Amino acid sequence: MSRPKPFKRLRELPVVGRAMDWGLGPAAASDNTLKAGSRIAGLKVTESVCPYCAVGCGQLVYTRDGELVDIEGNPNSPINQGTLCPKGSASRQLIQQPGRLTKIRYRRPGGTEWEDLDLETAMDMIAERVIAARENHWQEHDERGRRVNRTLGFAHLGGATLDNEENYLIKKLFTAMGALQIENQARI
Amino acid sequence: MPGLGTSFGRGAATNYQQDFQNADCIWIQGSGLMEAHPVGSRWAMKARERGAKLIHVDPHFSRTSAVSDMHVPIRAGSDIAFLGGLIRHIIETKSYFEEYVVNYTNAPHLVREDFQDTEDLEGLFSGFDPEKGTYDRTTWLFEGMEPPGKTSSAEVQSTQAFTDRTQAGETLQQVPNDPTLQHPRCVFQVLRRHYSRYTPEMVSKVCGIPEDQFLKVAETLIANSGRERTTMLAYAVGWTQHTAGVQMIRAGSIVQLLLGNIGRPGGGIMAMRGHASIQGSSDIPTLYDLLPGYLPMPRATEDDQTLADYVEAGGKKSGWWSHFDEYIISLLKAWFGEAATPENDYGFGHLPKLTGNHSHYVTTLRALDGGLDGMFVMGQNPAVGSQHAGLQRRALAQMKWLVVRDLADLETASFWKDSPEIRSGEMKPEDIQTEVFLMPAAGHVEKEGHFTNTQRLLQWRDKALDPPGDARSELHFVYHIGKRIKAHYADSTRERDWPIRHLTWGYREHGVHDEPSAEDVLREINGYDLTTGKLLNGFGEMRNDGTTSCGCWIYSGCFADNVNQPRRRDPGDLNAPGGSVSPEWGWAWPANRRVLYNRASADPSGKPWSERKKLVWWDEEKEQWAGYDVPDFPPGKRPDYKPHPEAEGMEAIPGSAPFMMMPDGRGALFSPSGPLDAPIPTHYEPLESPVPNELYPKLGANPLGITWMRPENPLVAEGDDHYPLVASTFRLTEHHTAGPMSRNLPWLAELQPEMFAEIDPVLARERGIKDGEWMVIETPRAEIEARAKVTNRVQPLRMGERIIHQVCLPWHWGTFKTNPQGVTGDTVNDLIAISGDPNTTIHESKAFRCNVRAGRRAGETTVRLADVDTDQDPNDDQPDFASKTPHSVLGDEEQA
Repeated sequence: MSRPKPFKRLRELPVVGRAMDWGLGPAAASDNTLKAGSRIAGLKVTESVCPYCAVGCGQLVYTRDGELVDIEGNPNSPINQGTLCPKGSASRQLIQQPGRLTKIRYRRPGGTEWEDLDLETAMDMIAERVIAARENHWQEHDERGRRVNRTLGFAHLGGATLDNEENYLIKKLFTAMGALQIENQARI
Repeated sequence: MPGLGTSFGRGAATNYQQDFQNADCIWIQGSGLMEAHPVGSRWAMKARERGAKLIHVDPHFSRTSAVSDMHVPIRAGSDIAFLGGLIRHIIETKSYFEEYVVNYTNAPHLVREDFQDTEDLEGLFSGFDPEKGTYDRTTWLFEGMEPPGKTSSAEVQSTQAFTDRTQAGETLQQVPNDPTLQHPRCVFQVLRRHYSRYTPEMVSKVCGIPEDQFLKVAETLIANSGRERTTMLAYAVGWTQHTAGVQMIRAGSIVQLLLGNIGRPGGGIMAMRGHASIQGSSDIPTLYDLLPGYLPMPRATEDDQTLADYVEAGGKKSGWWSHFDEYIISLLKAWFGEAATPENDYGFGHLPKLTGNHSHYVTTLRALDGGLDGMFVMGQNPAVGSQHAGLQRRALAQMKWLVVRDLADLETASFWKDSPEIRSGEMKPEDIQTEVFLMPAAGHVEKEGHFTNTQRLLQWRDKALDPPGDARSELHFVYHIGKRIKAHYADSTRERDWPIRHLTWGYREHGVHDEPSAEDVLREINGYDLTTGKLLNGFGEMRNDGTTSCGCWIYSGCFADNVNQPRRRDPGDLNAPGGSVSPEWGWAWPANRRVLYNRASADPSGKPWSERKKLVWWDEEKEQWAGYDVPDFPPGKRPDYKPHPEAEGMEAIPGSAPFMMMPDGRGALFSPSGPLDAPIPTHYEPLESPVPNELYPKLGANPLGITWMRPENPLVAEGDDHYPLVASTFRLTEHHTAGPMSRNLPWLAELQPEMFAEIDPVLARERGIKDGEWMVIETPRAEIEARAKVTNRVQPLRMGERIIHQVCLPWHWGTFKTNPQGVTGDTVNDLIAISGDPNTTIHESKAFRCNVRAGRRAGETTVRLADVDTDQDPNDDQPDFASKTPHSVLGDEEQA
């Protein structure tokens, strides 16, 4: 955005103009700051896309030895040209938020607290349950005798921050199992 | 987005966000563009710096209004009256773009003689069946057209679909028409009569907008449209989330067609979608009624039992949909591989069949009634984000199991120990038998894959780091669950297990966690030529004989030349003429076109309408279409091409008809067999409205609007004066939807720490509510509390003799904190009933009745529903119609 006109005019004045530069640009950096340098200098950069709204801002992800250091706007993106909104700017905290889950939490029927569960065990248990739901609610024909090949025993509700590849596999697998109740944020 | 699909052919935003800068006027209605899409809106700001006018029509003055030239406060839910007023004004002042309207829209087509308008039938169109609560749409057809022999699959209730198509396979030549637009039955004259009562005075009375303000909007749009100038319209969920949402979008589409703004630079309609890949999740749908690429899910009727029937019902003789068979067969080849053969119908018969509405809210009620064993919730928070959230939480408690995958704990996973219903004592953890698996998911930088943004742009993300601990991508989860399920059924000989046994699942694995290759999945989506093993370069190469495969036909070409096209990162020279298109940054569907229907940027003879608004044109020397963007038209089709009367497929589309997805190649002012509820939009009040319908007093709400007449979903009864206010929801820049991605992030929590409600000073004085203090918002479903923001950003609206007050609510809060720096607040969706647009089953959250008072709520938010008897047969949870006429159950395909 161009500067408002009065501001421009002020900057063109000999003394006031220079005064307005005090505290801006190179003048803002102390010797210590200059010595410290940029904390993202020399780090590995990976190109990504912001996960919040549908604008699709390009992001640059800075990592050091596999650890996330910062996420900034991608200046090359013709959409955001390096800018990010408050959410996009905070997206490092999305990844490193206090409270980020790293272990499976399991709650048994009637349970009052979370319990731990190993990932492979959980995967096996879930596969068993979805198979059982399919078998218990299988419908070959509807009440009018028409072929339906389906189960209404389980459902899926997905967010619209999933990748298209993920949604593709969800639709493919669950449809092959005969599930119909596959839904998404797109309707909500 | 059937509103756009039935108007133009594809249910997606027509232009791209950077193209805002090329507009002369930006008209924002049903969207808080600057608030909800802050970085996209920078291009609107750029247009404004160049002198473009910005108009914001919205109940609530927001950051969007603050940067607009005009803010027009409107009563929530009255948009069609406003849009109808614009249509009337444009027609009556002869301000439409005549050459565009005559050549590019169906304005000249003659409608059947037995068609009757809402003006004749007090708000209903001809063909209404009061018993079923639906329309027989035969009389809506054009003269000489017969209804299709079979009910089209496309006509089953469909979301976001451009499969909800248009005319029944007839071509333009066969429709009698009057290019002078004078015939009393031509679409133009039908429109003119239909909107004749939508005068500025009526707009003022229905919408609460002063006449001079309305006229100023109309004049600004007109002054900034035509050969030399274009206006761009932006809408979002402020239009979709109504029981007449599709009709609002249709009405906006009609305005843009009359003004000649579709298919042109700085014009079109930007459907501003709310999430990183919400466009992608409709294109490659996890939606019950669609297969990838907007192919309809087959139904149980005889029409869809065999592949041939399905193709006959879904395909079209003319226009692009004549390729329908290639797309479904290639999809079946992608899914079932070599097992899919012509002899077994490529496995088509094994697909599950619809018998009605199986959308999210129907499923919630099925769960509530004990009819659902379990549910996967991936990256969603229905306990806060879905309508009637209290009902959602109670439904979760009735399931046997629940798998929730997210980055952190959230209301949906912990409903059994921390929710209003637990706190009130209505539910006890010990009694809830739901087994819950809360699984850590990978974040966007911890996996690879792509999103499709609001402008149909596919953008790839590389993986930057590994997810922590047991966190995995959804791709990993689904792939490995799939492997287990396939192993379980490997030796089965049962017919029903055929699709699982033969499901292609051979993605390469990499890394320590055996992550499946996302690029392999994208290649499958792009499709292969099975005779050569090479990747397809686009859907033009697809065949209907089982020798090509493709997971989503509209995405075909995204891996052309074995190059991951969404990973391309060359913005090009942005300052060159047409440089804002950036054709090599990512990849847009279809075929990398950035402006849909861009053939309309040239006149019928193929010349740009003006030098200033040049985009795509006919190059006579090279005998092909050329321009800054990929032409959305057959490249070699001459502008003067006239089809033979018996021509079929794309041969039937004239060289002057830019909307090639439509059977006649024209934009639909009148939609004969598109939306289920109207061929031309008509003003209906919201389901819960405090005022009668000024235009059609006998009707009130959309006669086809959906609701569920159940005791746990009470609506404000007509004449109930206890809820005199109109409530509407909106978003804040600093939060994201139901909050799990923002409420627990320290920076964002600090920026917007607390739930609040905006009310006008007059209402505040009347109720003794003070700015910054507590207030309660109440509906028949719940009461919530919030900090009062008493502000002129909300204005009392004068509608004739009546004054209406509105309450504006940001809706991002819930009661759950995963860390001390997170924030909590009452959930707005506790207040809202479940309901639906008849075409999409999208609910009405943007206009509902409420009341407010000073102070704190009496108990937990939804305690008033604690004693409601919810015991119903799970198979009996189909939605009802909102009409006051008696009606039976929706969802039976005979009615759909």
